[in-house]
Amino acid sequence: MQRKSNNRTGAFGEEVVSQYLIQRNAQIIERNWRIREGEIDIIALYPSGIFAFIEVKTRSSVAFGHPFEAINAQKAHRMQRLALGWLATHGCFGCNYQIDVAGVLIANDGSHTIEYRAGVL
Amino acid sequence: MSLAHTQSVALMGLEGHVVTVEVDIADGLPMYSLLGLPDAALSESRDRVRAAIVNCAEIWPNRKVTVSLSPAWLPKSGSSFDLAICIALLCANETIASDAIADVVFLGELSLDGRIRSVRGVLPALIAAHKAGVKTAVVPTANYQEAQLMQGIEIIAMEHVKQVLRWLRNGEREIAQEFELDWQAHDGTLDFADVAGQPQARLAAEIAATGGHHILLIGPPGAGKTMIAERIPTILPALSILQALEVTAVHSIAGSFASRSPTSLMAPIVSPHHTTTRVAMVGGGAHAIKPGAGSLAHNGVLFIDEAPECPSGVLDSLRQPLEAGTITIARSIGNVTFPAQFLLVLAANPCPCGKFTGRGRNCTCTSQQVRRYLGRLSGPLMDRIDMRVHVDPVGRVDMARTDLGESSADIRQRVIAARALAAERFSECAWKLNSQIPSRALRTLFQPQRNAMNFLHDELDKEHITARGLHKIIRVSWTLADIAGHSVPTLEDVEQAHLLRGGIEL
Repeated sequence: MQRKSNNRTGAFGEEVVSQYLIQRNAQIIERNWRIREGEIDIIALYPSGIFAFIEVKTRSSVAFGHPFEAINAQKAHRMQRLALGWLATHGCFGCNYQIDVAGVLIANDGSHTIEYRAGVL
Repeated sequence: MSLAHTQSVALMGLEGHVVTVEVDIADGLPMYSLLGLPDAALSESRDRVRAAIVNCAEIWPNRKVTVSLSPAWLPKSGSSFDLAICIALLCANETIASDAIADVVFLGELSLDGRIRSVRGVLPALIAAHKAGVKTAVVPTANYQEAQLMQGIEIIAMEHVKQVLRWLRNGEREIAQEFELDWQAHDGTLDFADVAGQPQARLAAEIAATGGHHILLIGPPGAGKTMIAERIPTILPALSILQALEVTAVHSIAGSFASRSPTSLMAPIVSPHHTTTRVAMVGGGAHAIKPGAGSLAHNGVLFIDEAPECPSGVLDSLRQPLEAGTITIARSIGNVTFPAQFLLVLAANPCPCGKFTGRGRNCTCTSQQVRRYLGRLSGPLMDRIDMRVHVDPVGRVDMARTDLGESSADIRQRVIAARALAAERFSECAWKLNSQIPSRALRTLFQPQRNAMNFLHDELDKEHITARGLHKIIRVSWTLADIAGHSVPTLEDVEQAHLLRGGIEL
């Protein structure tokens, strides 16, 4: 049960961040790209021609700490590998890219806030 | 603005370096990196600082925090940077004005709730800060008494991070209670009046205290060797303020104020157990170089009971400091010099069973065991000991006496008077005590009477004494002359000094 509701929270966060990116004229290329090594939540192409690989962290409370604190160095490096993997398999190896993270905090009344940090690595 | 800097002090031995603590907060994943060769205790500062900030209801930046302690090449250790890092971090997070902290030195360890804990080495750190031109320093309240010894720098004692923030934001400053600088002289808990009998040992202790001559007490268990040795600091003159500051600085580095007040003027006494190691004796350590027993006894007494039981290397490690008066410790992180001018007092049983005294009727040791026992004190070390004194078992006459022996205060008066004579004689020299006369000066300026010198030269010819021994005897004879009021050591003084030195054949 718990797992299912977490999945819903995560999907909601990813949806919210996608809207946020579209509002800023980014093109969403792929959602939940998954290979054996892991998953990239959102892959987007900025108007400037840079590919962005976005990890979304969604929390319904800060009881377990700030969303960004869940992303440690190990996880960040896995993101890096996955990004390179995506670029290689899609014929874009050598393109400019960056790793972004987005934190979505859902308040009790259902409203949410987005914290977006670009180019964290 | 997400960049701020303040100051703290890193210590290498007694020498302090002012360290700039810079904090940068950048966009990025929450990270914390500490630069500038921190050791384990300092690396743990992240978690202390973080908990303290959160528990003071301040904001921890969930961004990329870089803390740099410069100069970066200097290895830094310990927890005393916590407060400086915490304040610089809050400033970089734009909750404090940056100009308020740039020229202030912060010292202190943080507890998780934000209280500021005491740290080691506050006095040497403040001396370094003063030299670097720092005007204001924040220290833990627990170290305030020690910090006040430092003149010429404004000391602010703080107990809690919240207090520091109130001061930096609103200028509110709770005036810490000023400690009256109360130099404590002798406390009078130990007194030579407690020692029954033992006229020779008393005299030897007085000579040792007057001239700073090293001494070996040999006697059976229960005769009072330890009692006498523990009372030698009580007959030493009170330390000068400068000497007391030196002692306090060394004890501050070692963090050994439990046993000694920072404002004590009494000569320290340090008595390491005979199983002590070489490093504990002379100082050392891989990360932070700490002073050993020899340096803690600086300007005081180093008393080693049961000296022959010491592993031989431990006692012999004192040979060089005995000559130089300083200990230089070389480690991979650097060289550190500590002062180590102490009066060495060794105590020993005459044999393994301890009863080889008088006619030795109750002794169960073989003659070889007896010889080997004191032979464990190496020749070169014994050569540096000026007096070897027998402490005989106390007889019924002495124990039955109800009148007390001479008190420490009376003996101290004589010691001070005799030292004054020596000080007058050495008014144009770099040294103050008879034991410190360099050998060149002994041969030229400070020779005993002619017939006394002839006696010594005869002994040298017969190889009864070494060249160093000859000089040691002359130094002791000067002390005897000072006590007796002779202007130059007479034959009698020199003979007595010779007797005190060679009192036992080793």
